[in-house]
Amino acid sequence: MEFIDYYKVLGIDKKASQEDIKKAYRKLARKFHPDLNPNDKEAHKRFQQINEANEVLSDPEKRKKYDQYGKDWQHAEQFEQARQSRQQPHGFERETFSGDFGDSEFSDFFRSMFGDMGSGGFRQRQTKFRGEDYHAELQLNITDVHKTHQQVLTVNGKNIRITIPAGVENGQQIKIKGHGGPGINGGPNGDLYITFHIVNNTKFRRDGSDLYTTIDLDLYTAVLGGEIFVDTLDGKVKLKVKPETQNGTKIKLKGKGFPVYKKEGELGDLIITFQIKIPTNLTEKQKELFEQLAKLSS
Amino acid sequence: MEPEDMIALDEFCASHQMDVSFIRSLEEHGLIETIIVNETICVRDNDLSKLEQVVRLYQELNVNPEGIDVINNLLQRIEDMQNEITQLRNKLNFYEEDQ
Repeated sequence: MEFIDYYKVLGIDKKASQEDIKKAYRKLARKFHPDLNPNDKEAHKRFQQINEANEVLSDPEKRKKYDQYGKDWQHAEQFEQARQSRQQPHGFERETFSGDFGDSEFSDFFRSMFGDMGSGGFRQRQTKFRGEDYHAELQLNITDVHKTHQQVLTVNGKNIRITIPAGVENGQQIKIKGHGGPGINGGPNGDLYITFHIVNNTKFRRDGSDLYTTIDLDLYTAVLGGEIFVDTLDGKVKLKVKPETQNGTKIKLKGKGFPVYKKEGELGDLIITFQIKIPTNLTEKQKELFEQLAKLSS
Repeated sequence: MEPEDMIALDEFCASHQMDVSFIRSLEEHGLIETIIVNETICVRDNDLSKLEQVVRLYQELNVNPEGIDVINNLLQRIEDMQNEITQLRNKLNFYEEDQ
């Protein structure tokens, strides 16, 4: 557990007045308030530090204790016992912002020094409050999201069975309603937000619901035409190749791409690019025949 | 008595130490929606998160309803842009894989 320099957190001098503290706190709180920085974990963390620093420095009793013990905070307990025998003073003006926080938002350092005294925010009052929103990240292979499936996730120690819709995009966030923190006094539960990281474990490239691949085609099939088997995500399909197919020719296999998100049964396309392979290590006979072809063409 | 999925506005205002007129002004600005159930003005459970956010912006950052409206619009634009960035990033990955 590390010592936290609350003065540094608020960017103020140790001799700062209550007015200076209030001013610094308000300025930083406006910058890092979670409501103004949604999904920004760094801002959320900074805001907690700012709140904690203000909780200590804006309270003359806590500030006195903090200043007195500072880096020697491990001995604060003795001070606390002595302090409890005296009457706690009142009359100072203090404010603490709540953000959209969970139950335990103070650092170990703070709790070790001051115990579990909360900020006295909204949560202590007898009314319904919505629970905290949870955020989780889930890494899946592209083949995992090819079909809608169910998966059991463990979030904050609880197992939650969720349905992952086919066609989820990399970086996409979905909301699972009511699977966040429990509501307060009968209020609704918060929501669970899951951000997907989709790893492409196939040879296909994905652009939304369309898949792309490049296929090597031998010269003879390209010139004369024929039938080949190509891989799709559902297995192999037979494909007719037109005679005189050019290098770089693209063909589209409709409905052989990736599922369209939240559109049951709708699939994108598979776009195939032909890359014609010129034969190498020709035999004398083959060279001769190519020369004949060349003469015919000139 | 309000239904399970509703919260009486009076109760909400009392617990947040704010005047009902403020909530009514939020409603006038189209920031929240209230419903009358059994002659009691209520807000939906589902809207509680949004209402609590509005109250925090008002009480903690001293932002007035007009300012909250501006913030909401900007946050919506940020969310839209973040979605667009995700899509563009995926597209960029698609072309980078091609190299």
